[in-house]
Amino acid sequence: MATLVSHPDEVRIVSKRFGQGATKIDRYLELDGYKAVRKALGMQPDAIINEVKNSGLRGRGGAGFNTGLKWSFVPKQSVKPKYILCNGDESEPGTCKDRLIFEEDPHSVIEGVIIAGLAVGASSGYIYIRGEYRYLLEIMQKAIADAYAKGFLGKNIFGSGRDFEVYWHGGAGAYEVGEESALMESLEGKRGVPRIRPPFPAVVGLWGGPTVINNAETLASVPPIILAGAEWFANLGTPKNGGTRLFCLSGHVNKPGVYELPMGYNLKKMIYEVGGGIPNGRKLKAVVPGGSSCPLLTAEEIDLPMDFDTLMKAGSMLGSGGVVMVDDSTCMVKFALRIMKFYQHESCGWCIPCREGTDWLDKTLTRFHSGGGIRKDIDNIQYLSENMLGRTFCPLGDAAALPTISIVKKFRKEFEDHLEGRPCPFEKKGTVEQLPVFA
Amino acid sequence: MADAPKLVNITVDGKPVAAPAGTLLIEACKTVGIEVPSFCYYPNLSLQGACRMCLVRVEKMPKLQTACTTGITEGMVVVTDSDEIRQARKSMVEMLLGNHPLDCPVCDAGGECELQDMTFSYGAAESKFIELKQHRDEQQWSPVVYFDRPRCILCYRCVRVCGEGMDVWALGVDNRGAVSTIVPNKQDHLECEECGMCIDICPVGALTSGAYRYKTRPWEMKHVGTTCTHCADGCKTTLGVRRSDTGMEIVRGDNRDKSGINGDFLCIKGRYAFDFANNEDRLTQPLIRKGGRLVPATWEEAFEFVGRRFKEVLDREGGRAIGVIGSTRTTNEENYLLQKFARVALGTNNIDHHRTADFPAFAAALHGKSGATASMRDVYNASAILLIGNDPTEEHPLLAWQIRNNVRLHNARLYVVNSRPIKLRRQAASFTQVTSETDFTEFLGGDESLASFATREGWNAVRDKLRAEQGLVIIFGSEIFGEDIQALARFAASVPGAKLLCLGDYANSRGAADMGLYPDLLPGYFPVSGAGKFHQEWKITPAAPGMNIGQMFEATKTGQLKALYVIGANPVGRLNVNPSTLKNTFVVVQDMFLTETAALADVVLPAANAYEKAGTFTNTCGDIQILKKAGEVTTAKPDFEMIVRIADAIGFDVRKLVPFGHGVHADMGQSRGAQSGEADQHAVWLEANGLEPKMSPFDPVATLDEIQRLVPGYDVSRTELLAGNDQHTSIAAMGPGTVQNPELIVPAKNNLFSSGTLGRYSRTLNSVIENKDPEPADAVPTD
Ligand SMILES: Cc1cc2nc3c(=O)[nH]c(=O)nc-3n(C[C@H](O)[C@H](O)[C@H](O)COP(=O)(O)O)c2cc1C
Ligand code: SF4
Ligand code: SF4
Ligand code: SF4
Ligand code: FES
Repeated sequence: MATLVSHPDEVRIVSKRFGQGATKIDRYLELDGYKAVRKALGMQPDAIINEVKNSGLRGRGGAGFNTGLKWSFVPKQSVKPKYILCNGDESEPGTCKDRLIFEEDPHSVIEGVIIAGLAVGASSGYIYIRGEYRYLLEIMQKAIADAYAKGFLGKNIFGSGRDFEVYWHGGAGAYEVGEESALMESLEGKRGVPRIRPPFPAVVGLWGGPTVINNAETLASVPPIILAGAEWFANLGTPKNGGTRLFCLSGHVNKPGVYELPMGYNLKKMIYEVGGGIPNGRKLKAVVPGGSSCPLLTAEEIDLPMDFDTLMKAGSMLGSGGVVMVDDSTCMVKFALRIMKFYQHESCGWCIPCREGTDWLDKTLTRFHSGGGIRKDIDNIQYLSENMLGRTFCPLGDAAALPTISIVKKFRKEFEDHLEGRPCPFEKKGTVEQLPVFA
Repeated sequence: MADAPKLVNITVDGKPVAAPAGTLLIEACKTVGIEVPSFCYYPNLSLQGACRMCLVRVEKMPKLQTACTTGITEGMVVVTDSDEIRQARKSMVEMLLGNHPLDCPVCDAGGECELQDMTFSYGAAESKFIELKQHRDEQQWSPVVYFDRPRCILCYRCVRVCGEGMDVWALGVDNRGAVSTIVPNKQDHLECEECGMCIDICPVGALTSGAYRYKTRPWEMKHVGTTCTHCADGCKTTLGVRRSDTGMEIVRGDNRDKSGINGDFLCIKGRYAFDFANNEDRLTQPLIRKGGRLVPATWEEAFEFVGRRFKEVLDREGGRAIGVIGSTRTTNEENYLLQKFARVALGTNNIDHHRTADFPAFAAALHGKSGATASMRDVYNASAILLIGNDPTEEHPLLAWQIRNNVRLHNARLYVVNSRPIKLRRQAASFTQVTSETDFTEFLGGDESLASFATREGWNAVRDKLRAEQGLVIIFGSEIFGEDIQALARFAASVPGAKLLCLGDYANSRGAADMGLYPDLLPGYFPVSGAGKFHQEWKITPAAPGMNIGQMFEATKTGQLKALYVIGANPVGRLNVNPSTLKNTFVVVQDMFLTETAALADVVLPAANAYEKAGTFTNTCGDIQILKKAGEVTTAKPDFEMIVRIADAIGFDVRKLVPFGHGVHADMGQSRGAQSGEADQHAVWLEANGLEPKMSPFDPVATLDEIQRLVPGYDVSRTELLAGNDQHTSIAAMGPGTVQNPELIVPAKNNLFSSGTLGRYSRTLNSVIENKDPEPADAVPTD
């Protein structure tokens, strides 16, 4: 079980029930649980969608798309059944917030799924949980069973005359199935590779039916919006970036953990006040602002509000909320290598640029870091990444390319310091296996 | 039929393009001659978007788009070539080459490889890669399929053609990322139809053919487009040929020319089973029985001997003492010549062949009903298909492909009526299982109106649906014959636009029937009694029907039949003839192998096969196609030549047999034949030089002229024929046919891996069969 952290600047909305025993359905009910869905049952579907749209809630899975807008794309009429899909595949390095929601407040996700279903006219939902989170599945299974037992799920939910089914599904251990279309393939029992778009899931999704797919945190944010209103939520954040968000602080930081802060919270403050700064008197070198897929920011670039639009302007992304601090004892070549190893391992292999590009980069960075680098490798690393970018079948290729490009650009000198057979300046002598220099 | 889709206008590289709504950008580009490179895109297979080679710039889109997955929309402006796009494609090739072994010098695909071509086009000449490559050892998945993972570019074409095209689903993808690999369904081996479509469709040398690998470089072969000699479907095939000690050796069969009725398709037999031609058991010299043993003789000796003995019988007892058995694998010209030889030179109607379908009854049922027969192309385009009897997956692989893909790509409705749960029921909208032969009759309904079909309700429902179909093609196997064909034709007449297709089994079964290898029917199903124009032309034609195969063997027992002339057939093996009954019959056999029949013969003449000669074949649908000479074995002769030589040896004026100097076909002589077999080159050259093509009595072109003149329905365009295009001949235009004794119809019962005598001598087919569950010996059929 995770240890919970807290900070006075936190605004607890999604995390309001963390540490309160809300996995138990009765406790959840005491803490305003299932109130929002009761309210939503009395609302017109369009009214629900508008409320969510106006709240400025943007997808917490990474892309930051306006959630209400996404729901509005689902056709009203459909021959095939519609579905709500909760994306709980959370596998992005640096991101560990959905885990807490499942562990501490599973009913909030179920409630969000039902409300989304009411909004778009779906009568079933799936909660897909990352394979490695097997221990969380039990919590979710129990929550779903309890909701059924109370008549909140199944036939005639809350006595409303409406039916709604919720199913859980466990992943098998692939980062790529967090990508929405690969997740649908996986859920259908196929190989976890993405689908061609268009058609988009809102029109042709799971089993060919119109499908809303949202991140677990996104869905857990919906009940409070329904209860307290769009305006209230929107005002918590910055323009077009409504509400709060679970930021996952990790890496070289004194007080790592998941903190719920308003959208637009200053990054520098987040690191030094909420996170308590960098340990051991070291200096900050770089920050991964939103999970391993984002371009890195240098220590000089961190005085900015954490919202989707500002981060985009700063050349990075708010991503999935994983804020990773990197101190000055870290070798950036090794950091790039570690990231690339992840993507090389997780590439589904469907398309050429990602499959071959990540493999090539992994090999080159491995050799380079161990002292076998040659000058043209640096350009080649950049060349490969730039030629992957924007050309892969799904965004995983971009996710591998973006941080790599930023590291080569911003820390090129560290690459040069590894040349000519020199051992890694950051490693203790002898800890890196010395590979032969290729000429 | 749906209305024609509306046209959408787009601009590609500044050129205006109009194409139907829904057209993929990559296809729209093709219509104006702009080829967008692709690896994973393959027409008629599901879209992948995997290789990213087809990236183009579409105005208003932030990123490059894949032309293979983008549907065109009105006003779309597209750029397919720019520095940015070339760079994108170049880098794709570079990344592919990063893990590619680059063993082109020893790769079968070298010279025919799309990766080589792409590298050539996009100039990824500088190697940036100095890392170790991902490696995996080569694997053999079946006797004919080998897989070399390092060469694989993961385009997934093989997976799709096997699953979507073949409905076999024997290939999948294992693992992920850079170590993803194509895997067979049984982990380390294939259990499949061994069609080799995966090999054919592989753009690189990852999948290679056990029959062809390491035999030659592609550019060292001559490529000859001809027609498959195995089943009755008539696939167009391109044979790769190399010189060998004994002539020209065929080393590969494929379908690089996709213009044929088979499009992308070839089955295992068309692709690999040309190897019977090089079987070491092949007869290499004429044999004459001396002192009870077959001993080698010269050709002249053999012809002289046969001529003399035939003449003796003729002089003593006349033609009625000689029987002739023709082949279902010889050309139309040979079959026509053979029956003419029997009727004109021997003066007998004792001629027959191994019948596998009731074509005479089919002719009778459709007489005068033009447009009522379906071509192989019709099967692919029909909006609905009724399949009665037969198992096309085993017996007519191309037909099965056409049906399957019509259902998949055009949503055709397939209705299956069969006594067995055949594989094609997986594509069927309805499957009616009948339990006995009489059920078939009952299903068809004996009564004239078909309004009150038999009692079973489900059947009525199916028949009602069928009657509501437009553009129905009705396909039936040998389960339906005689009067049933009449009933079926009546049913077809009640469905507007319905067409029929009768399934015979061997490569030229239909041709043998059309050319009159019957004791009672002349070419074109005209009764021998009313010879008409044939009589005018040939002068002598016996008017009384002769003996059929069964009667001939009976007559050998009684001594009535003194000589038997068998061409490309093995009746002794097939009918289990007791050898002693042939003791007093002079038997001449023309064959490639010492079959059961040849082993009993007095004279055996080594014959060339259909890949070793020119001529035409008619597939079971009635589509006529050209055969071009690909291989050659210098020690064998075409049947055509042997028949002429024997006629000559009898003392018959061969000019009366082969009318060289007769008839003119003005549409001959375009240049497509230039890459063809020698005989055709000869004909094309002659024509190009304004010379009569019929200079030699051994040239089948003269006989083709006569066929085209005298057999109604065969007067198709010679230009098209020479160009290698299939043309449909209509049986409706032919003679009145007859309803025959059904016992003479014996299905070949070949399956996917057997092909009568040819199959028995194909090493590849045998090795595949050995790798499967062993079949009982009697299941391996003979011709
Ligand atoms: C490689 C890859 C992995 C992803 N993994 C996740 C994930 O684990 N969880 C998630 O919610 N979204 C993930 N996404 C984003 C989803 O595709 C999708 O955008 C998201 O689930 C939509 O929900 P949202 O609008 O609520 O953010 C991933 C995307 C990519 C390209
Ligand atoms: S970018 Fe391509 S290879 Fe990578 S995960 Fe996406 S589809 Fe698979
Ligand atoms: S084996 Fe050939 S056809 Fe199959 S995926 Fe690999 S390259 Fe493509
Ligand atoms: S389907 Fe028939 S004609 Fe076609 S390749 Fe196979 S055996 Fe030959
Ligand atoms: S051809 Fe378009 S992605 Fe492969």
